Amino acid sequence: MILLKMIMKNAFRRKMRTGLTIVAMGIAILAFGMLRTVLTAWYAGVDASSASRLVTRNSVSLIFPLPLAYYDKIRHTSGVRAVSYGNWFGGIYISEKNFFANFAVEPRSYLGLYPELMVPEKQKADFLRDRRGFIAGRKLADRFGWKIGDNVTLKGTIFPGDWDFVLRGIYEGRTKTVDETMFMFSWDYLNEGVKKMYPSMANQVGFYVIGVADPNLSAEVALEIDAMFANSRAETLTESERAFVMGFISMTEAIVMVIRIVSLVVIVIILAVVANTMAMTTRERFGEYAVLKTLGYSGWHIGSLIMGEALLITLAGCLLGLAMTYPMVRFFTTELGAYFPIFYVEPLTVWLDFGVAALVGTAAAIIPMRQAIRIRIADGLRRIG
Amino acid sequence: MQDPSSIVEIRGVSKSYRRGSHVVPVLSDITFDIARGEFLAIMGPSGSGKSTLLNLIAGIDRVDTGTIVVGGEDITSLSETELARWRAGNVGFIFQFYNLMPVLTAFENVDLPLHLTGLSRSQRREHVEMALAMVNLTDRMEHYPAQLSGGEQQRVAIARAIVIDPVLLVADEPTGDLDRKSAEDVLNLMDRLNREMGKTIIMVTHDPHAAERAHLLRHLEKGVFNST
Ligand SMILES: Nc1ncnc2c1ncn2[C@@H]1O[C@H](COP(=O)(O)OP(=O)(O)O)[C@@H](O)[C@H]1O
Ligand SMILES: [Mg+2]
Repeated sequence: MILLKMIMKNAFRRKMRTGLTIVAMGIAILAFGMLRTVLTAWYAGVDASSASRLVTRNSVSLIFPLPLAYYDKIRHTSGVRAVSYGNWFGGIYISEKNFFANFAVEPRSYLGLYPELMVPEKQKADFLRDRRGFIAGRKLADRFGWKIGDNVTLKGTIFPGDWDFVLRGIYEGRTKTVDETMFMFSWDYLNEGVKKMYPSMANQVGFYVIGVADPNLSAEVALEIDAMFANSRAETLTESERAFVMGFISMTEAIVMVIRIVSLVVIVIILAVVANTMAMTTRERFGEYAVLKTLGYSGWHIGSLIMGEALLITLAGCLLGLAMTYPMVRFFTTELGAYFPIFYVEPLTVWLDFGVAALVGTAAAIIPMRQAIRIRIADGLRRIG
Repeated sequence: MQDPSSIVEIRGVSKSYRRGSHVVPVLSDITFDIARGEFLAIMGPSGSGKSTLLNLIAGIDRVDTGTIVVGGEDITSLSETELARWRAGNVGFIFQFYNLMPVLTAFENVDLPLHLTGLSRSQRREHVEMALAMVNLTDRMEHYPAQLSGGEQQRVAIARAIVIDPVLLVADEPTGDLDRKSAEDVLNLMDRLNREMGKTIIMVTHDPHAAERAHLLRHLEKGVFNST
């Protein structure tokens, strides 16, 4: 109806002002979307972790190892379905800026415990057969252009020397939250190397991963394992994988908090910008609103003109912001993929963007609407004369 | 006392405005009738309360005391919403500065009051075209106000005022912003509306030329009518 047409036309009467407000809104949505996506990336690890897996590590600290000899004891604890183990390798590929996570793991049991890492059967068999073989996530392989059969050398930091590997498989995540930037090779290969160079460090593992038969009993299983090694030379701490991952994240909880606050600040600032635009707009059109009222239009008709214009501006800004968010996220994934292995725009983020736009538009319109609804015609008309 | 031929009956109307702490009386105890089919001009010096009186009669401002009955309806007893509905169906407004919506074409401006009626799209079109033909602007229908001269804009405003076929036409300084020629056109138009269509017109003006065209002239001074 005619009000709709007036909303459209009114919005673009001051092209510069409306344009700038839309751009500001777009940038706010971009900032909001990026911050949320960073948060998503942060918590993706938690979401991806399984409730049916436990992680056992040295109770003193992650950097102290555990004897390989614990394997059999853990394996035979009641409620334990499968056990794997591994070490953080910390190798560097050519240069430090090529950072990615790399582990030595007992391959067969590890892949058994992580069904979300999908490796084609043939590649998996090749990987298990080749002592120097490794598997890489799809994103990692794409990042360096690795092909199956390629030789890759990592420079050890914790385990010095050049370590040569052959790419035998590329895994893909079953869901989007699976990290596709990891590098995993055979623990036996690591252990042989260590045996030669540092015999005293051989047969030590950084962590055990335990699959429990019944996730409801994982707390009991964890207690039992830790009790088993209490008062030994290397006491253990067993927790759910989720808690283990959260342990990493909690270190950065303050940063997460800052991000949340900044998101809120962004919304408040853009609200002020849009509210200011709407206040100026309404002040300029007071006379017109008075005329509409004279003709018999109600305060609500006029309110909807104002609200409609505010929403038009914020939603246009939202679309602009979204249009900028996707290329930005793509840039992040290609340039900074190592630090944000799971970086994608969640559908929820898009909904929240629209929610923010609707909220800002509505809130910005409320005060001008109140003024326009209350405007006394005689006063409004006098402003024209 | 009630005259059946009166379309407007004003009884003991007073109105004052509050300016800061003190009260400024504008109209004091005004009583008079306007006959159906009248063309009345109200003159008076600036600030004498002409616009205020017109606004009260047209139902866009509220009396302090007294009653105003228009076409049998006591508009001083209506609620804000009822009053808006009443205006939409009964009063046509012509302002000094035309007050067209700049974002709408001449056609759409005239169409604007009809959106509040239950008329269909084609019925509205018919009414709008008739009103624009009456003010001789059929060839300017798709023009925006900024593309029209002052006189043309005022004629669009007149078309907008008559499109609802109102009981009453009120005009506040309708020629105040126009050159002599355009003013003449507008006055001729109002004269025709009064003569040929029998519209009751109340016009506020301080232009003696305009006042001459009315059939009845009243002088307002300091909120009371001078007998003339
Ligand atoms: N909304 C208002 N608020 C305060 N004072 C007003 C208002 N409207 C009119 N007045 C005052 O009332 C007096 C009469 O105004 P008005 O009816 O516009 O006079 P006129 O149209 O005869 O020039 C003036 O002194 C004016 O300042
Ligand atoms: Mg006046």
